[in-house]
Amino acid sequence: MYLLEAQYLYQMLGGMVTTIQLFIVSWVLAFSVALTLVVIRATEWSVARWLVDAYVEYHRNVPLLVHVLFWYFGMPELLPESVRGWLYQHNAEMSLAAIALGLGAAAYIAEDIRSGLRAIPDTQFEAARAMGANYLQGMRYVIIPQALRHAVPALIGRALLLFKNTSVTMAIGVAELTYQAREIENDTYRTFATYGAATAMYLAGAFLIMFIGARIHAYYAISGGRNA
Amino acid sequence: MIKMEKVSKWFGQHQVLNDIDLSLNKGEVVVICGPSGSGKSTLIRTINRLESIQGGRIEVDGEDVYAGHMNVNSLRQKIGFVFQQFNLFPHMTVLDNVMFGLVNIQKRSKKESMERARSLLDRVGLLEKINAYPGALSGGQQQRVAIARALAQQPPVMLFDEPTSALDPEMVGEVLQVMKELAKEGMTMVCVTHEMGFAREVADRVVFMDAGQIQEIADPETFFTSPQHPRAQRFLSDVHIR
Amino acid sequence: MLEIVREYWPMLLVGQYPNGPLGGLALTLIVAVLGLAFSLPLSLLIALARVSPVKWLSFVTAQFVRVIRGIPLLMLIFWAYFVVPKLIGSSVSGFTTLVCALVVYQAAYLAEVIRAGIEAIPSGQIEASRSMGSSYMLTMRKVILPQALLNVLPSMTNQFVSTIKETSLGYVISVNELTFSANQVNNLVLTQPLQVFGVLAVVYFIVCFSLSRSLRWLDMRIRRSRAMA
Repeated sequence: MYLLEAQYLYQMLGGMVTTIQLFIVSWVLAFSVALTLVVIRATEWSVARWLVDAYVEYHRNVPLLVHVLFWYFGMPELLPESVRGWLYQHNAEMSLAAIALGLGAAAYIAEDIRSGLRAIPDTQFEAARAMGANYLQGMRYVIIPQALRHAVPALIGRALLLFKNTSVTMAIGVAELTYQAREIENDTYRTFATYGAATAMYLAGAFLIMFIGARIHAYYAISGGRNA
Repeated sequence: MIKMEKVSKWFGQHQVLNDIDLSLNKGEVVVICGPSGSGKSTLIRTINRLESIQGGRIEVDGEDVYAGHMNVNSLRQKIGFVFQQFNLFPHMTVLDNVMFGLVNIQKRSKKESMERARSLLDRVGLLEKINAYPGALSGGQQQRVAIARALAQQPPVMLFDEPTSALDPEMVGEVLQVMKELAKEGMTMVCVTHEMGFAREVADRVVFMDAGQIQEIADPETFFTSPQHPRAQRFLSDVHIR
Repeated sequence: MLEIVREYWPMLLVGQYPNGPLGGLALTLIVAVLGLAFSLPLSLLIALARVSPVKWLSFVTAQFVRVIRGIPLLMLIFWAYFVVPKLIGSSVSGFTTLVCALVVYQAAYLAEVIRAGIEAIPSGQIEASRSMGSSYMLTMRKVILPQALLNVLPSMTNQFVSTIKETSLGYVISVNELTFSANQVNNLVLTQPLQVFGVLAVVYFIVCFSLSRSLRWLDMRIRRSRAMA
């Protein structure tokens, strides 16, 4: 059994960087889309609510790989020829992968936030309003801090899953960590060392997310004045 | 039947039981009362080893409960225990709850177990609820099933840990009635309870506990008419006001 | 889209069968069912080890679960490709590889679900059972697990739907399941990727959505029939 040479380690670190970039971009996208979905879902307009539900159910019931393939192979068909050409010359797999990952994760995050909101009794809002807070103040100071605290564990779990799920984008040739590991394995046949190094990197990332998550959770638990 | 000698227990630095001495003869009914946090629940939980002790010795039916060779499971089959929160198994019917110990622990036949369970449920007046799930019963009914379940393995001793404290007031009577009948039939019983009427009517002795110690043991008449210990006097006046 | 369905539905449904190996949706479901069938008992053992009073046993299984949850399923599939042949001493098909990886991955997740269910049972239930003289194992088997498993049934059915979705990763190691078949169809049609992958998404949606809805309905039925509080 050999350790990997410097060039391969360097290649693998490059994959890790891509994985992290993909994770961050798709997380930001996912969270913004999720918040939008939650706000739309809170309106009285039944068509909008139905559309949000359909969005969520679609993404929960179709595999991530299929979203990725759909966005990479299918969606560009809808674009004009010139734009499509430009896109494929400019790292299309990366941006389309981020979109597919982000939109998929948004469905789950929206549900997490919604169940966080549901966990807060109506009386909390009433109490805030009774003290003279307006709608926005009640939301900002009373409801949202509590709802977020409830949703934190679920959101950490989502972040972890999203981080791991970036590996699926190797199927469309995004040069992230799993992709690079496979490339190196094909070149060197040092399966154990290669997969071992990649696994160690994933674990480092995953444990970091778990650690940060635990800190956030502890912070919210204290500022909430109650052990969560 | 039960003999406790110098029983002591600590939770960390805090001593919850302090040199407890208490003996019960066969057929005796003892009521333990005292303010909350006085250690009375802990006390009866040590008798069937739901709590461990750090000092002293407990005998049930002539056997050392904490002896190294003592099989805790065979010990517990001889001690019926009734909880404040009933603790019926929500996934089993009333009948299955009562049959559980007979079928699964004592490995008796289904037929025999069923007959005994039915007669016990008849005795607590719940024969018609035999196929109901606990979730469909009132608190008082659940506690009566729990008593039937504790009686199923025919234990010579019954322990009651505040059996009526979790009940709505109108259901307390039906549970106490079952317990009174049991006492009259000669069951050896230790009851932690605040029901002073019950104590007065059926107890042979009343034990007053405070701060992990037995402060007073007396027959009910003496205890209720002329309690010796100042804490007991205050406790009784509080209970009566309530 | 309908054109594609009309022309290629046998391929999406059963792959090359009966002229070649079974594939398509049929293989997807077979992999998922096998994955569940093996991971369920495994996860139960892991969960019991996790909550057991034996310190080292619960420590070891906790670390196992942590590690498995920390790496992507795809990485696990590649590991299985490498490790499983060494374990059984002969080369294995992509199908076996996929099933093995799924079993280990799902077992880790299911074990956490079951453990949470066990820990959520009030301690009074354990005390009531133990105070009648039942042993630890009898209490587990007759009192704790029946309640815990019923309580976590919705999470477990979610895991099954997840398993169906995760079988799609077989595509990466050329297991002839639904996604792989759809890609073959795409290569035959050549000009309509949007429609082909659209059909693929719809098929997954119909299967997973109807399955999760009917399982939820079944769960409600069981709960209601027991009138559990």
